[in-house]
Amino acid sequence: MSLVNFTTREITCKIVYYGPGRSGKTTNLHYIYGRVPDSRRGRMVSLATQTDRTLFFDFLPIDLGQISGFATRFQLYTVPGQVYYNATRRLVLQGADGVVFVGDSQARQLDENLESLQNLQSNLLEHGVDVRTVPVVMQYNKQDLPRELILTPAELDDALNFRGVPSFSADALHGQGVFETLKAISELVLKRLAAGSTA
Amino acid sequence: MTSTLNPKFTFETFVVGAANRLAVTAGRTVAENPGSAYNPLFIYSGSGLGKTHLLMAIGHSAKALAPQLNIEYLTLDEYVEAFHAAIAAGQGDAFRRRFQNVDALLVDDVQFLTNRKEMQAELLRLTEALQQAGHQIVLTSDRPPAEIADLDERLISRFSGGLVVDIGTPDYETRVAILRRKAEERGARFQPGVLETAAGVEFPNVRELMGALNRLVAYQAVNETAINAETARQVLGVADAGVTAASSTAGASTAAGGAPGADEFSQFLTDVTTTVGKAVEAWRARVAEAVLRWEGQGYRTVRLEKLLDQDTPAAVDEEIAAYIHDVERLKALEAEVGALDPQAAGEKVFRDPERVAEAEAAAAKVRDGAAPPPAPSGAFSLDAYAAGASNDVALSAARAVIDAPGKKYNPLVFVGKSGLGKTHLLNAIGLELMKKKGAIVACLSTLGFVDELIAAIDGNRVDWWRARYRRATALLLDDIHLLAGKDRTQEELFNLFNQFLDGDRQLIFTAPAHPNTLHGLEERIVSRLEGGLVAEIGDPDRELRRTALERILSQQKLRAEPALLDYLADRPIDSVRSLTGLVQRVADAAAAQDQPVSAGLAREILEGQPPAGARRTTGFRTSGLVVSSAGGVRSREKMVWDWPSAADRLIEDLR
Repeated sequence: MSLVNFTTREITCKIVYYGPGRSGKTTNLHYIYGRVPDSRRGRMVSLATQTDRTLFFDFLPIDLGQISGFATRFQLYTVPGQVYYNATRRLVLQGADGVVFVGDSQARQLDENLESLQNLQSNLLEHGVDVRTVPVVMQYNKQDLPRELILTPAELDDALNFRGVPSFSADALHGQGVFETLKAISELVLKRLAAGSTA
Repeated sequence: MTSTLNPKFTFETFVVGAANRLAVTAGRTVAENPGSAYNPLFIYSGSGLGKTHLLMAIGHSAKALAPQLNIEYLTLDEYVEAFHAAIAAGQGDAFRRRFQNVDALLVDDVQFLTNRKEMQAELLRLTEALQQAGHQIVLTSDRPPAEIADLDERLISRFSGGLVVDIGTPDYETRVAILRRKAEERGARFQPGVLETAAGVEFPNVRELMGALNRLVAYQAVNETAINAETARQVLGVADAGVTAASSTAGASTAAGGAPGADEFSQFLTDVTTTVGKAVEAWRARVAEAVLRWEGQGYRTVRLEKLLDQDTPAAVDEEIAAYIHDVERLKALEAEVGALDPQAAGEKVFRDPERVAEAEAAAAKVRDGAAPPPAPSGAFSLDAYAAGASNDVALSAARAVIDAPGKKYNPLVFVGKSGLGKTHLLNAIGLELMKKKGAIVACLSTLGFVDELIAAIDGNRVDWWRARYRRATALLLDDIHLLAGKDRTQEELFNLFNQFLDGDRQLIFTAPAHPNTLHGLEERIVSRLEGGLVAEIGDPDRELRRTALERILSQQKLRAEPALLDYLADRPIDSVRSLTGLVQRVADAAAAQDQPVSAGLAREILEGQPPAGARRTTGFRTSGLVVSSAGGVRSREKMVWDWPSAADRLIEDLR
């Protein structure tokens, strides 16, 4: 993970949006894409099926410009959520500096959330990375759905967030919570990067 | 009417950053060369960015560099008031004269010239007059000359004719530097990140930044707990995103047409920048801050700038500390050199921490030139100085001088023939004077003094040479009569003389005769020599000779028999030095003959040599002259030179 390159004076952060299928990872990226000025964003690469399911992965590079003399870039990735694309997921996860776990707030999707979370853990382990050492934030998406269908952020925290990482309720379609999530993961990643560079 | 300069507003307290570097440099230049660099200097900036501070700093600096300068600082309003008052009193001309005579005129807030035609005319006249006389004008305003409404075209062109510089809003790093400096000045300590948080807020000017600092200081003082970055954010009312917001507001904002979208990104960007600035780039900020600080003080910062290019930020603080250490060393050297040779202190080398070694060498060179002047010789102690009636006056004068140098007899001149111990006494006084705290005693022969001056002239470092002697607290010159004919040295001595007398510093000289009988000395020096005490050292009396002899003998590790002492003390000598010669001769002869030194032997050696090849017995001379070993025969007159050979034999037989 070459995050900070002092010779070329670049900071590059790779952030992966992880989560079960149809939880709204690509929606997150789309919302961000729509809010980033043209000059700042690269081309969003999205390999989707005809029904708009992510087939391979989404990729959105964002150029944050010069920060303290460093050309700072964020690379946002999503993984395909469906269980059978695990090889792709593992590949995308490689070299991730931070992970946003996008959970589906619907009560009936709780098992998928748990399964995906376990999958994240095992995939990271395959890369020899302990999930406890990687910056992770939780996003409970679809909080705009009717109350009776969804679990509250508190309930989801109880069910999923057993490490007590920062969590955000979101409505990715309308943008609620999207940038908060991105900001939180960026801060975690950058802080870790700072700690790593002085070590 | 004229405001006084606020003593706090100096260049030292002005934090220099990218936004104001040009203005500060221009200001410094103007302060160093008023009237010749940029005239007029026009500084403009928004409120609270340091115009007044800079203006006063120029005043302070110019005053410090040239105290005789007449510097006027006033705001335009004060100028206008003064003008009106003067006109009302019918003193318009006096008013004009007053301002035409200032060497540097510093006018604050000239934007208020708007709609004041008569003041504009007045200022135009004044500007022209001052410029023609080569006097400096510095003006400040909150906008460039051309944007001051209703300003006379001629004034605009005048103002723009010099240098127009602006002070921008400070960047993040400068804001941090300012906050740290001010917090330090107030003795306030904050947790890491607090000041950075405050600096992260883009206040439009420094005054508001200070307000933020005040709030933090006050909050911390009231609560008696160290606040953290989070609390600081609350205290300063900085919006803290990152906490889950209610979804209803989100819905509303989205419904409003997605306008906040772009803001969301810039907000994100700001946050990331702050995070990076705070955490990742903390060391860089420290380096940048150090660069700004030392660059502002005029030091080369290449080393620190190189640090910024490095890959690994390891040991940054040590590097900065080492740099500061070097700068401190340079400062010390510069101060030291400045005291000795102000011209040399201006060398660039004292501003470049990369060349500390060179600076050391340069300082050493200067120091060498101004090394302590020659000190008295340790061989001549006061205890070893033989006292007697003949040098009583000189000795008591010497003691008085040692007790109160510069106060009683100044200058003190010892006169006497050669070999009477003038040099000894001179050095002895020097040694005693050196025992006093902080004393630098220059004690040398006049010839040495002349030689040094010649070498200094040769090496083009007469200033150093002078400085060297001027630092001395006492000047002791041996054989002042040797100055005869050395006009340049006499002149230098004359100047030194006056400085020493003015400073109540002791001067002691020796001369073979009364100063007014010496030839070749300038009248002004002679009269000054005579102005102190001239103490004569006479020919050594018998008592003194005896004392001196005892001392000489003990120095030679010879036994001082009374008979030997008496004999030697009675020898017709005219100086202590020849006494030493006598003893030396006797001692050498005794050693050569492998005999103890005795009065008899001394007599034998000093009064006549035995014929070669003669036999010798103790106490007798084979030449036939009978000499008691107790020294019974003392004068040549009583000696029988041609002893009958028969009697000679007879005595031999009798034995």
